Amino acid sequence: MKTWATLALLALGLAALIAAPIGQTHYIVYLLSSWLIFATAAIGLNLTLGYAGQISLAQASFMGIGAYTAALLTMAGVPWLIAAVAAVALCFVVGLALGFPALRVQGHFLAFVTLAFNTLFFLVARNEEWLTGGSYGLSGLPRPHFWGFDTAKNLPFYYFTLVAFVFAAVAMWGIVRSPWGRAFKALRENPIRAESLGVDTRRITLIAFAIGSAYGGFAGALMSPLVQYIEPNSFAFNQSLRVLLMVVVGGAGAFFGPLLGAGVVILLPEVLRFTEGYYLMIYAAAVIALMVFCPTGLIGLGRRVVDRFRPKRARSDLKLGAQL
Amino acid sequence: MSAPVLAVRDISKTFGGIRAVDGVSFEVRAGEILGLIGPNGSGKSTLFNCILGQLRPDRGEVHVNSRAVSGRRACELNKLGVGRTFQQLSVFPQMSVLDNIILAGQEHTGTLLSRLFGKPDAGLTAQADQLIDFFRLRHLRDEMAGSLSYGQQKLVDAAMAFMAGPSLVLLDEPAGGVNLTMLAGLKERLLTYNREHGTTFVVIEHNMEFVMSLCTRIIVLAEGRIIAQGPPEEIRANPTVINAYLGG
Repeated sequence: MKTWATLALLALGLAALIAAPIGQTHYIVYLLSSWLIFATAAIGLNLTLGYAGQISLAQASFMGIGAYTAALLTMAGVPWLIAAVAAVALCFVVGLALGFPALRVQGHFLAFVTLAFNTLFFLVARNEEWLTGGSYGLSGLPRPHFWGFDTAKNLPFYYFTLVAFVFAAVAMWGIVRSPWGRAFKALRENPIRAESLGVDTRRITLIAFAIGSAYGGFAGALMSPLVQYIEPNSFAFNQSLRVLLMVVVGGAGAFFGPLLGAGVVILLPEVLRFTEGYYLMIYAAAVIALMVFCPTGLIGLGRRVVDRFRPKRARSDLKLGAQL
Repeated sequence: MSAPVLAVRDISKTFGGIRAVDGVSFEVRAGEILGLIGPNGSGKSTLFNCILGQLRPDRGEVHVNSRAVSGRRACELNKLGVGRTFQQLSVFPQMSVLDNIILAGQEHTGTLLSRLFGKPDAGLTAQADQLIDFFRLRHLRDEMAGSLSYGQQKLVDAAMAFMAGPSLVLLDEPAGGVNLTMLAGLKERLLTYNREHGTTFVVIEHNMEFVMSLCTRIIVLAEGRIIAQGPPEEIRANPTVINAYLGG
């Protein structure tokens, strides 16, 4: 796609995100904020899974670590911005540690390692009452206030979330377009060949886990002021599966996949509510159909549609035959 | 005489009860093109993998430019100037040809952090384009590598091995599955590169016509051991080699 067309589409998308909450109910604005926060977590998982090819079923635990860190610090009077930096840094370090098993095991074995980590986090959050409030969680979490911009109401909080999301997305765009992004893709497609070309696959695997986890932590730091109450079940294993679903439905390894996937997982059930008792069944059937007929997700589906209508061209070498 | 670019000393490797490589030693001098031939299962690829750090030998040492490299990882060897191609196709199918070749050079530029904050192409597009032209892949530059024919992917694979300016390149069956026209071009490219840059090659190959016309010296392996070595014409006439591999 030409650069101007890409920029025009991005501007249109941003305008739509700015306009989306205007005139909507509090609940819809809350849902839109939730969409952007989960999309941030999914962007991180998309780096680990979609670009670098390392399966992780622990993204919710990083959201949890980020949420509890931000909650505890802001309740102690620390400004949200500093609390968010601390949450991201902590998740980066823990993610780095979680990456070490990925150097030894792959595929479903790695999935179980990360699943076990998520369960471990859940148990710590539930049992260590002195720190996390246990099953009752932490409540009364403050919303941030920036130099006269108060996010206490849902609409300003949505715009705060939008700015945070755009910041996270632009940073990720920079990462995946850099040589690091090329190394992540090489790790996914052929780690042995990548290593033979000088890519330190151990280091790049750890970095993929650390950055993906840091994004989970950032999303968690946004989640705690949104809901203003956090408890362990919000970060249990089923929530990690939800984030994974967002990445897969949107299109793993596609930059805009997580945003679309999070939209489907968060917003589609609400859109289908008019079907009353059937909405979750219809939602589940729609996801199954998408995965069966378009395993590359919504972005892949879009590409197939565009390819169908795009004028066909013959590759020059097919006309010329072998060159050598 | 200058020190060898590659020195392999007494390498052995067993898999279970099978001795795949048994006490193999040889040296390769700068600018030499060494062919490594032998029947299937003779231990050629295992030897390659032991040299390149993908397998840990049970015994023996490998020196590259007088530096002991036994036990080093493949990425470290690459940084020491060792390039390689694989027997199986080894391009990155969901990246363009240009990106494949840039990837092969980017880890040799700057630091880890400068690669994150620097130019997306690590400043390597011009160098990659030169290699693309050298291997006559210009018309495929922006195509996804996975969409190319087998032979074209072999050329991309070879181009990647040269991107970091290696002093030693190990080519594992570069002619496998490549049509005759392309093969002649590949041989010409390799000879030109060797002549212009003085790069040393070690080539595993089953295509006798290709290997005999490309290499300056040939080592023949059978059952994990060296059974003969010498210039191509000598190997072609060697009765042990004819009996074990070439046939009457």
